[in-house]
Amino acid sequence: MRNVEFRIWRGDGKGGDFRTYTTGIDDGMVVLDAVHKIQAEQANDLAVRWNCKAGKCGSCSAEINGLPRLMCMTRMNSLPLDEPVTIEPMHSFPPIKDLVTDVSWNYEVKKRIKPFKPRKPDAADGTWRMQQADVDRVQEFRKCIECFLCQDVCHVLREHTKHDEFIGPRFFVYTAALEMHPLDTEDRVPDLKETDGIGYCNITTCCRQVCPEHITITENAIIPLKERVVDRYFDPLTRLFRMFK
Amino acid sequence: MPDVKTYSYDVLVIGAGGAGLRAAIEAANSGVRTGVICKSLLGKAHTVMAEGGMAAAMANVDDRDNWRVHFSDTMRGGQYLNNWRMAELHAREAPDRARELEAWGALFDRTSDGRILQRNFGGHRYPRLAHVGDRTGLEMIRTLQDHGIHQGMDVHMECTVLSILMDGGRVAGAFGYERNNGEFVIWKAKAIVMATGGVGRAFKITSNSWEYSGDGQSLAYRAGADLMDMEFVQFHPTGMVWPPSVRGILVTEGVRGEGGILKNKDGHRFMFDDIPDLYKNQTSDSEEEGWRYVQGDKSARRPPELLTRDHVARCINREVKAGRGSPHGGVFLDIAWIKKYIPKAEDHIRKKLPSMYHQFKELAGIDITREPMEVGPTTHYIMGGIRVDGDSQMSTVPGLFAAGEVAAGLHGANRLGGNSLSDLLVFGKRAGEYAAEFARKNGQGAVDNGQVEAERARALAPLERGASGENPYAIQYELQEKMQELVGIVRVESEMKEAIEVVGRLKERAERAGVAGSRIYNGGWHAAMDLRNLLTVSEAIARCAVLRQESRGAQFREDFQSKDPEWAKYNLITRQDGGGMTVEKRPIPPMPDELKQIIEEMK
Ligand SMILES: Cc1cc2nc3c(=O)[nH]c(=O)nc-3n(C[C@H](O)[C@H](O)[C@H](O)COP(=O)(O)OP(=O)(O)OC[C@H]3O[C@@H](n4cnc5c(N)ncnc54)[C@H](O)[C@@H]3O)c2cc1C
Ligand code: SF4
Ligand code: SF4
Ligand code: FES
Repeated sequence: MRNVEFRIWRGDGKGGDFRTYTTGIDDGMVVLDAVHKIQAEQANDLAVRWNCKAGKCGSCSAEINGLPRLMCMTRMNSLPLDEPVTIEPMHSFPPIKDLVTDVSWNYEVKKRIKPFKPRKPDAADGTWRMQQADVDRVQEFRKCIECFLCQDVCHVLREHTKHDEFIGPRFFVYTAALEMHPLDTEDRVPDLKETDGIGYCNITTCCRQVCPEHITITENAIIPLKERVVDRYFDPLTRLFRMFK
Repeated sequence: MPDVKTYSYDVLVIGAGGAGLRAAIEAANSGVRTGVICKSLLGKAHTVMAEGGMAAAMANVDDRDNWRVHFSDTMRGGQYLNNWRMAELHAREAPDRARELEAWGALFDRTSDGRILQRNFGGHRYPRLAHVGDRTGLEMIRTLQDHGIHQGMDVHMECTVLSILMDGGRVAGAFGYERNNGEFVIWKAKAIVMATGGVGRAFKITSNSWEYSGDGQSLAYRAGADLMDMEFVQFHPTGMVWPPSVRGILVTEGVRGEGGILKNKDGHRFMFDDIPDLYKNQTSDSEEEGWRYVQGDKSARRPPELLTRDHVARCINREVKAGRGSPHGGVFLDIAWIKKYIPKAEDHIRKKLPSMYHQFKELAGIDITREPMEVGPTTHYIMGGIRVDGDSQMSTVPGLFAAGEVAAGLHGANRLGGNSLSDLLVFGKRAGEYAAEFARKNGQGAVDNGQVEAERARALAPLERGASGENPYAIQYELQEKMQELVGIVRVESEMKEAIEVVGRLKERAERAGVAGSRIYNGGWHAAMDLRNLLTVSEAIARCAVLRQESRGAQFREDFQSKDPEWAKYNLITRQDGGGMTVEKRPIPPMPDELKQIIEEMK
């Protein structure tokens, strides 16, 4: 057990600041454990979301020493402990209280994306046949735990607050999962261009780097979607691009 | 009431896990106004954590499987205390519910002929669990969520229901608060589906999250409903044991389904030492046969690691108590050993068990493709809950339905792995359907303002007491310690009676709980309000466990170590009676001959 200092952002929609807490850290503890310990012993009313404590639900997103991460998957011994550990809420969403932000915008965005529309069943009993190789690609996208860390880090939302014109990397992954689903028959390409703002993404790959599920957001989801948009709307350009490749 | 918001629905679903979402989809599709409430954000309920898979006798991998085998496996696993009607409906309807998920966009792992792949799990005779690697629950909840949001239901995220509002003997709605701002809400409803999950937070070592404070069981109990089988709490044999902060986090049974074996500190595979008579015929007696089984050899019998959870948990407990455990008080679970049989074992393990690989790598610094894991039992699931009608899922309170983990019946004395996810869909659908029907036939009950006022005052009390009140977390931790110690895997009357006394004392302290701060997302305030439910279910568990003087399924009594045929005839019913709790025996209704015959045939 050793004592470690934490700087935790305390506040709400009206504002707030960092407060310092010192607590004892045991072998193997993660940041979320430390936050819970502080909550139980020193700050009963501290607001923090969590559920699974195993990186499966995507509830405990925050910024730890400036990096968007899951608190339950960040081992204390992976951080420099002789300086204070800073924990603050995600910046791309309005604060509610302490480490909890209002992420409801994400749920509104998802509702606007056209839902899954399967082709007619392949077999008389109403089922389909798909090979593992055909579902592998989409299974990668379906690993998403909706932690919204990618949304948090993306400069289009974080710095330019284009929340009305840009759906963000999470929902490009979602759209990609639908578009590349072996059974889906819907067409989302016009929306990608017109309402989803895929053009704003300049492939900085920041989103991919923070994804705790290691989804290759840019290469596997966004770039293929951009290609579909380009193929549909700017065809001659693509041909040129392909010629030089 | 001036500062209380009001919404009005035909069907109100409390809970947005697999059961709640499936119920809401059914109700909304039938054209009634449907609202859903959940404590966390949408899509984060417990269901998201389920790993291994969902049981459905589709016979995609082994064509000998059918609903009759699934039915008899479920009954055998439940030691025949199950509601046999539910076990029958579940086995018959699960395949359709699984296929329906596919029609809504779920992508299960595939067989070589392109159908849904199924894997082995404890207590299931044939490979039966539809799965997606080891993140099946995520696939299920996301599919239901993404489909559900387009079915015209209203979702109230991050709201906690504190009590069911009653109009005489029937439901009229629910009262609760929004976590974000602490504002109170009344949801009027003609019918309510309770789908709030389990009670694991009553124990110290658990795979369950903060949400599992027994709300649904406790709310229904206070509304006058019967609870049933509350003594049966499942201790999953394999939770993480190290580091201390992750103690209890689940290690999926899928590890054993893929060939993982259990060893003690001497490297001895102790599960071969003790195979119950009920399972002798179905269990292999050599390493080689067990391996052939997990590889799909139909002539082989299953390895002893895949015996039912209650048995495996007790065997592990015995090894540890006898001093043959691992360094941190568990035993070893080894999947890396399969490299003896398959060439690219590392890749295979990472592909089949990606989230386990991840979990051990990041939380314990262990590479499961090379080293064994350390595991020990963890509180995982409650078989007991609200007593319901097998067909309609209505409780003993008119208009109050229940589905999923919060309901009792399907699993009897012990649940088989994979039977929960299928339970959620089969009975979630039924509950939604019958609740909608109830709502169409019955008008809206009147909300009792006196009840609302009393609940409101009760909820505000901890804030009024402020920081000088008792620390709610301290009360909660003490309850968890005591339940773990006194009503855990091995039970004895004197200890359980002590637990009942402890609960009594903690109830008094809970009445004095206080927290500082405002009503905006105040964790301490939320914890203070959860205490009442945690204490109610803890008391019910302890009282039922004392009364059942035998060892059966998940309940092991040191003072009554064997199964007693007399006790096979009863379920235990918990009920509120003039403020106090009563527990009584209720005879299990006789099983129809047709079902009896199936059980005979499959013996
Ligand atoms: C780690 C883990 C792995 C598992 N693996 C498997 C598996 O492989 N196969 C299997 O079959 N089963 C598995 N289980 C069991 C299974 O996941 C659960 O039993 C099941 O998901 C419960 O679903 P549910 O719909 O009943 O409840 P949940 O999914 O827990 O949902 C409960 C809902 O109720 C809400 N709620 C609770 N109280 C209130 C309240 N007071 N007010 C408002 N809302 C409330 C919650 O917010 C939540 O939305 C596993 C469980 C765990 C913990
Ligand atoms: S790659 Fe695109 S979506 Fe991802 S962070 Fe950068 S700009 Fe945003
Ligand atoms: S894509 Fe990755 S980072 Fe983005 S929400 Fe999903 S899991 Fe989180
Ligand atoms: S608590 Fe679930 S991801 Fe951290």
